[in-house]
Amino acid sequence: MSDQPILEVKEATKTFGGILALNRVSFHVNEGEILGIIGPNGSGKTTLINCITAFIKMTSGKIFFRGKDISRKPAHKIADMGLTRTFQIMRPYYSLPAYKNLVIPLFSPRAKRTGGWRGGGKLGDRNTVGIDILEEIGFERDSFVPYKMASTLPTGYLKRLELARCLALKPEIILCDEVFSGLSMSEIASMVPLIERLQMDGIALVMIEHRLRELFRVARRIMVLNFGEKLIEGTPEEVMADEKVKEAYFGSAEEVEEVMTYA
Amino acid sequence: MEQRRKERIDRGIKVRTDGLYALMSWRELGYLTLPRLVLIVGMLILPFVMPSMYWQRVISIVCIYALLAVSFDLLAHFVGLVSLGGALFIGVGGYISAIMNTSFGFPPLLAIPIATIAGAGICTLLLFPCLPLRGVYFAIVSLMYPLAMARVIEALDILGGTDGIMGIDSFPNRWIEQYFVILMVLLFLFGVRRLVNLDLGLVLRAVKDNDQAVRASGMNITFYKAVAVFFSSAMGCLGGACLVHIYMWSGISLFALDFSILPIAATVIGGAGTIVGPVLGCLILVPVSELLRDFGTLRIVFYSLILVAFIVFRSEGIMVYGQRKYHQIERWVKV
Repeated sequence: MSDQPILEVKEATKTFGGILALNRVSFHVNEGEILGIIGPNGSGKTTLINCITAFIKMTSGKIFFRGKDISRKPAHKIADMGLTRTFQIMRPYYSLPAYKNLVIPLFSPRAKRTGGWRGGGKLGDRNTVGIDILEEIGFERDSFVPYKMASTLPTGYLKRLELARCLALKPEIILCDEVFSGLSMSEIASMVPLIERLQMDGIALVMIEHRLRELFRVARRIMVLNFGEKLIEGTPEEVMADEKVKEAYFGSAEEVEEVMTYA
Repeated sequence: MEQRRKERIDRGIKVRTDGLYALMSWRELGYLTLPRLVLIVGMLILPFVMPSMYWQRVISIVCIYALLAVSFDLLAHFVGLVSLGGALFIGVGGYISAIMNTSFGFPPLLAIPIATIAGAGICTLLLFPCLPLRGVYFAIVSLMYPLAMARVIEALDILGGTDGIMGIDSFPNRWIEQYFVILMVLLFLFGVRRLVNLDLGLVLRAVKDNDQAVRASGMNITFYKAVAVFFSSAMGCLGGACLVHIYMWSGISLFALDFSILPIAATVIGGAGTIVGPVLGCLILVPVSELLRDFGTLRIVFYSLILVAFIVFRSEGIMVYGQRKYHQIERWVKV
């Protein structure tokens, strides 16, 4: 395996009118690594993912995927290369049953190329592959759940469905936008091993999270964003000990003191 | 006072006919096939039961509108593109078939398939620029083209100008004419029903449901929208091509907005998203509009009243209502 990073972002900048949403953010993700991105609300985490996957256009900066410049490619071409993403606000196909949701990514050019799961006759092979993937991701195969309409599924399953859609593409890297948010503690507890298994399968992950405890269990490298700027990058311990990070989350020391006196 | 509510339960036979079990008995098979057979046989015997030449001609017009309505339903309710381009499809298909017939001497049954494919290609190309956009742009652009086309032909005096192209061959005889359009309606009706349940059709429905997720799945949504527009405009162009051979004349009235609006009304009456509903809607609306011809210009008023009544009292559409009655029993239960 080469030591070249799988994903490299150089000076990504995005402005919305006069607002600087991302200010020259640079980072890289190594092969098979989990990188955590944290930061307060509005710090540009989701914008960063949107820029990398071309769902919004970057103002300036460059993105390299396996050494290839992808900063000018359209979204579907980027996903086609194996750089997939989940959405923070889940985007299932509500009018289709859960397993039929996976027929769509399995129909994509990348899945046709990488999967080789067209074999199996004419009798709904994509359907069975879809159910296989759903089982892998935590839908009980023998229950009714995979056959239910996506509109009737609870949040936990929809988050899994988001991941399943990425897995159907046999991704090389998944950008997860808050997969733990909105889940109960027990649902999160069952998601963590899933994330660990993805890593063992050699898939690199970028995880945006607010649930730090769970994130630190899986990610060994954390990047902190605040107001569109990269504050610091390092191990969870280093990051949490950093003064600037504390300030970003809790305000400056004086402010904290002030609040604490009233508390 | 005791309160009651209506409860709906699937009929036993409906549950038994889900899946392979339907093959177990004739009764279940009958339950499944009867509605389809009624439609198919009904359409096929229509030319025989019609009293006069005039009404037989109406059947052909019904079928052409039915093709347009199916094409509208496919685009609007399975791909999410509201198309007002019925007149564009009819006009392009009609003019191509007319030119093929008069200038190149192709017989109608050869000119029609050519017009279908070539017309669909041209319509797709024309509409392609607004496919990457979301929102009402598709509706606006597809409405603009037929208006513009008619004016262009008028102003430049090309393709026969305001006189139109005359001397187009008709079908060999009126039985072939009627059965050709009826069979085409049945073919495309069941074809589209099949298409929306194929994997390709699922992708189209996904584009309607959530196009961003389709992009995230590594698929070019513009391409799939173009595929859908191609299928849809092929149906419209086929209708237009048949129409010029029925009238033996092709003029700028092919771009009349009737062809855009009536299919939408038929879809509302028949039941949106059911595919067969729009065909039923046309079977009702077009003859009604012919019957109202006696009223002269008041026709539009009555016509509108019928539409309004449908929208107020049966906004779900005949087909959705019928399916519910066929599959479910309703009863009042105490709350």
